[in-house]
Amino acid sequence: MIIGKGKPIPTILKMIENHTKIIVAGCRGCVTVCSAGGEKEVGILSTALALAREKEGKPVEIREVTLERQCDPEYLETIRGFADEYEAIVSIACGAGVQFMAEKYRQIPVYPGIDTNFIGVTERQGVWTERCQACGDCKLHLTGGICPISRCAKSLFNGPCGGSSKGKCEVNPEIDCGWQLIYDRLKELNKLDQLEVIIPINDWSTSRDGGPRKIIREDLML
Amino acid sequence: MRLSYPTNIKIIQVPCTGKVDVLYLLKAFQYGADGVYVAGCMEGDCHFLTGNLRARKRVEYAKKILEEVGIGGERLEMYNLSSAQGPRFVEIATEMTERIKKLGPNPIKAFRAPSVENNKTILISEEKNR
Repeated sequence: MIIGKGKPIPTILKMIENHTKIIVAGCRGCVTVCSAGGEKEVGILSTALALAREKEGKPVEIREVTLERQCDPEYLETIRGFADEYEAIVSIACGAGVQFMAEKYRQIPVYPGIDTNFIGVTERQGVWTERCQACGDCKLHLTGGICPISRCAKSLFNGPCGGSSKGKCEVNPEIDCGWQLIYDRLKELNKLDQLEVIIPINDWSTSRDGGPRKIIREDLML
Repeated sequence: MRLSYPTNIKIIQVPCTGKVDVLYLLKAFQYGADGVYVAGCMEGDCHFLTGNLRARKRVEYAKKILEEVGIGGERLEMYNLSSAQGPRFVEIATEMTERIKKLGPNPIKAFRAPSVENNKTILISEEKNR
């Protein structure tokens, strides 16, 4: 899922300083699961913003909504009936949700209430870690199911660099060396010979280097 | 024991402090409480094993938010005591009331119409701690 983290409240207060009537919009997708932008976080953020503004003697009226998803047009339509009664929207969905909201509601500013960090997993309750950088050309079948792009600080394709020490990365001793993980996993799978296969220079045009990406499925289009 | 404690404290009972949510704590301030404290069982004595430990973490998180919004984290506190510690209950109630009195009223009330319920401290307490 997409993992995010709430922005500091003073940062959001600055965004809304000139507004007196706003919507705080959460999303029931990824950001609910990572406790950054679900219904509960909408409640906490709205209460915090209201407290801060009331303390300043400049109260703000806040409508709390949580959409099924903010990355699908039909769910964004659910606030169409009342959105124009408000001066701004603080969206605590991921960056995609915030932008899609801004595209659909062009007359009012849409502000991001969270920072979108990465595509990752819940390691345990309250701990999320990165697994994927959406490069658009998955190589996990070659590397024991461990991604060298997201798990290696240098995104190396062939073996660890000299900074790998006792299984850890030189960037930070708390980070596992991605290539150590790949080696260990291939060993477990009895497929160490796979390490001898050279992975050629990568074509990054499927990744961010090719500009914003698009997928079209003619069979699904109406 | 018939001990008396400050009369301005409003007690909200929860089955276990593990039920206490960050939102409850923030809402209490929005409703005008000058201070809030949570009274959980002694650490290690939770009937549900970790309810009081979770409550403490949530209190710490809510303190950070209160600090960020300018209400002040010191208006919120977590205490641990057993239901057999009546004198300690009074001591904490007095200590918290004194602290809040020093801090003055909840700053959001400066712009609200005066209320008869000034100097209100909310205690969120486990049922058996009463």
